[in-house]
Amino acid sequence: MDFGTFLVQCLNSVQYGLLLFLVASGLTLIFGIMGVINLAHGSFYMIGAYLAFSLAPLFGDQFLLMLVAGVVLAAIFGYVLEWAFFSYLYQRDHLQQVLMTYGLILVFEELRSIFVGNDVHGVKVPAWLDGSFALGNVMSYPWYRLFASAACIVLAAGLYYVVNRTRLGMMIRAGASNRDMVRGLGIDVKRLYRIVFAAGVALAALAGMIAAPMSSVYPNMGASVLIICFVLVVIGGIGSITGALVASLLVGFVDTFGKVFFADLAGIGIYLLMAIVLIWKPEGLMGRRP
Amino acid sequence: MSPVVASVSAPSSPRRGAFVVPVGCAIALAVAGPLLGNYASDFIVKVMILSIFALSLELLVGMTGLVSLGHAAFYGIGAYVTVLASGNEGGNFAVLLVLSMGAAALYALFVGALSLRTRGVYFIMVTLAFAQMAFFVFHDTKVGGGSDGIYLYVRPALGALDMENRSVLFYVVLASLVFTYGLLALVRRSRFGAALAGIRVNEQRMRAAGFPVYGYKLAAFVLAGALAGLAGFLLASRDGVVNPELMAWHNSGEVLLMVILGGLGHLRGAVIGAVAFTLLKEIFSTHAVMGPLADHWQLTLGIAIIVFVALLPKGLIGLVQRLSPKGGA
Repeated sequence: MDFGTFLVQCLNSVQYGLLLFLVASGLTLIFGIMGVINLAHGSFYMIGAYLAFSLAPLFGDQFLLMLVAGVVLAAIFGYVLEWAFFSYLYQRDHLQQVLMTYGLILVFEELRSIFVGNDVHGVKVPAWLDGSFALGNVMSYPWYRLFASAACIVLAAGLYYVVNRTRLGMMIRAGASNRDMVRGLGIDVKRLYRIVFAAGVALAALAGMIAAPMSSVYPNMGASVLIICFVLVVIGGIGSITGALVASLLVGFVDTFGKVFFADLAGIGIYLLMAIVLIWKPEGLMGRRP
Repeated sequence: MSPVVASVSAPSSPRRGAFVVPVGCAIALAVAGPLLGNYASDFIVKVMILSIFALSLELLVGMTGLVSLGHAAFYGIGAYVTVLASGNEGGNFAVLLVLSMGAAALYALFVGALSLRTRGVYFIMVTLAFAQMAFFVFHDTKVGGGSDGIYLYVRPALGALDMENRSVLFYVVLASLVFTYGLLALVRRSRFGAALAGIRVNEQRMRAAGFPVYGYKLAAFVLAGALAGLAGFLLASRDGVVNPELMAWHNSGEVLLMVILGGLGHLRGAVIGAVAFTLLKEIFSTHAVMGPLADHWQLTLGIAIIVFVALLPKGLIGLVQRLSPKGGA
């Protein structure tokens, strides 16, 4: 492997890791704050990708506008879903949450197959992001992937800012640690939860939309991304956003370089990583011991 | 720290005569076996295999309080080992049975040793992830024929015990179900089972009382893995083919659903759940009943799951108990 290829793979790893972080942060947000284990989170990612596939022809080269439209749609969808469904799950135990969200997955998957079919689709990269960035003759790298990384970094920073520096974030964090106390302070916890849930759905869908032009849009994409997110939440540690970020980048590197060096066994790399972390630190890299 | 509860409640000791219904069912099946047509016999064998699979998970979820979402891995490994170890000439029934259960138990030892270091929702995630790992090993490599799976050329046999013969298959599966049910009923009543029940109710207290909690949970996990391997062995012998889908997480979700659907904490719940779930799936995918909706059985099944969990948190057994006037059938 020459230096140029190595550099390209590094960039790919970071880009993939950041994308995973976007999905995982929504999962962590929903689990960390509402205590709901949501197996259907991968479906939101899938829905995002299919949104991109359906909206792209309408928006043409207005890619950013399409992302905004998609996020708004996803957030509305999340808001309604929370109201109609998830708000009843908070009082239930994990077992029932697992089962009901598993039922939801079946519903989403089948609705997808009814409305969009089971074919694999591609989404075009917008013209202004087409082409590659060249660094002399060392390497060249697609502009779109650079854009994807940049978008994820901006979003991650924004998320960090909102959670740690704003009044909304303060309420979210307080609601996570003591729901009754926050309600006692006169904050509408129900509405707060609904907003957080909608934000989690929007984040996953946005990740799906950004991913669509890079990886094709295919039926099983939700389940595969969900399981990878579980792996990185376990690696990163309980409820730690920083841990999730570190784990996402680690998983991105292991997966990308695994595919380069061990094509056949690439799928197993991240699980081995998870096994090693569990042996070494069962609470995860940044988690606190329960 | 939770306050010390006055009495350590023993696992609800099964009522005298609780075995009448299961034994009666087993005898009825044994007698009815030769009278059944091919379709009915096939269907019952399928349900019995799934019942064994569900019972093995009940040991974890219902008896120990460990929600595993990766149980299909052990089922699939049992099935794959049966086919892989058979070769072209077919294999010895006893050897294959031991190998498939042993391999599943071994993987359960590995997964359990690691995943039991976590708890709660992380345990769910870790078990699911390790099952996906097993899935990818068989899906992405040529070990087991990749995504197409592999065929079993000759079914396991040992003298007259030839799984090629339909009625032998029927009785072997029935005997395995009786064995599994009986074994777990014994486990429930044993000191080991009482310890598992204690762990389910209050793990901290059991640890404080000096029980090696991790060891007990690991033993339960390995035993459950081995029994799932048994179900896998039977499935491979019945179908004559295995593919990675056996280990897919949908399968882990379905078996978990069977256990819950029937009713947690009861052995018969797992069996009832397996029967009910298989019937439900059969009905939802039958055109004669559902019309064009049969093509979209995942949709109806998904909605049914949501409704069931919402309305019947205690499963079908809970429904029976609620409907019966004395409050405990």
